Amino acid sequence: MIAALAFYAFAAVLVTSAAMVVTSRNPVHAVLFLILAFFNAAGLFLLAGAEFLALILVIVYVGAVAVLFLFVVMMLDVNFAEMRSGFVRYLPVGGAIGVVLLAELLIVGLAWTVSPEAPRLLAAPIPEGVTNTQALGRVIYTDYIYLFQAAGLVLLVAMIGAIVLTLRDRPGTKRQDVTRQIDRSRRDTLDMISVPSGQGMTVPPKPEVAKPESPKPPEPAHTSHGGGHH
Amino acid sequence: MLAVGLGHYLTVAAILFSLGIFGIFLNRKNVIVILMSIELLLLAVNINLVAFSAHLGDLTGQIFVMFILTVAAAEAAIGLAIVVVYFRNRGSIAVEDINVMKG
Repeated sequence: MIAALAFYAFAAVLVTSAAMVVTSRNPVHAVLFLILAFFNAAGLFLLAGAEFLALILVIVYVGAVAVLFLFVVMMLDVNFAEMRSGFVRYLPVGGAIGVVLLAELLIVGLAWTVSPEAPRLLAAPIPEGVTNTQALGRVIYTDYIYLFQAAGLVLLVAMIGAIVLTLRDRPGTKRQDVTRQIDRSRRDTLDMISVPSGQGMTVPPKPEVAKPESPKPPEPAHTSHGGGHH
Repeated sequence: MLAVGLGHYLTVAAILFSLGIFGIFLNRKNVIVILMSIELLLLAVNINLVAFSAHLGDLTGQIFVMFILTVAAAEAAIGLAIVVVYFRNRGSIAVEDINVMKG
């Protein structure tokens, strides 16, 4: 009884916040409603007995994905109000497609029954007396080990892709170039000049040392004081 | 076993999926909200899988939810990275400007 009430509460908040995600005026509010939707979906997962997935949903989605969305929404200086100019124009066709899709899904849902064969065909029956996490681990590290590795590969590729896409080489930033540091010799940076006493001196312009690769001009800030790299 | 019937879970998931599709059509200019709508669609699919998993007593559904979560996280990261790069180059993220992207 309490579980049923909790289900209806979670479901109501989930559907309401999902509706707010797609209709809210401010995208920051949309992200916050998305977070609320994820929390309530985690509640639904808990009620269905999938504790591990519920907590993964909170950690991964709320902790990583939704924060990523929030970060991007706040970082981009976009006029979101101007972006909603077609909102009313798209409302009828979007609503019609949504209602048609919902009707189709409900028709399919009502006309559908579980096959009597189904209980005999379970691939990984839920074991008794074992926690959900342990049961999942027993299956995922044995039967689905290759898929598990492939999921790790997907995450690796996504990580490298995101880094490669957003990494940029700004002109003017000072980076440590280890090769240049090691290649420096005393001859390039230090001139020993014997000054005759009593005459003063004029510093001769330093002859440019011919380097095999010289795309970058040497920074004057570095050549003036000999070797400030640590 | 489920506290309420399987049909309740499927109805919630169906409503959530329809809202996701509705959101894609409604926010056709704002690619960030489109990405959020895609997250809602994937969440609806996950609810369906977990509900069937609990109803049939089979763990496979929950395992596939984990894989869907993996792919959804990767998709969000790559999609937002593309949005950031596009904004950096063009100064706008309007969807109708993206059709000039070539080559």
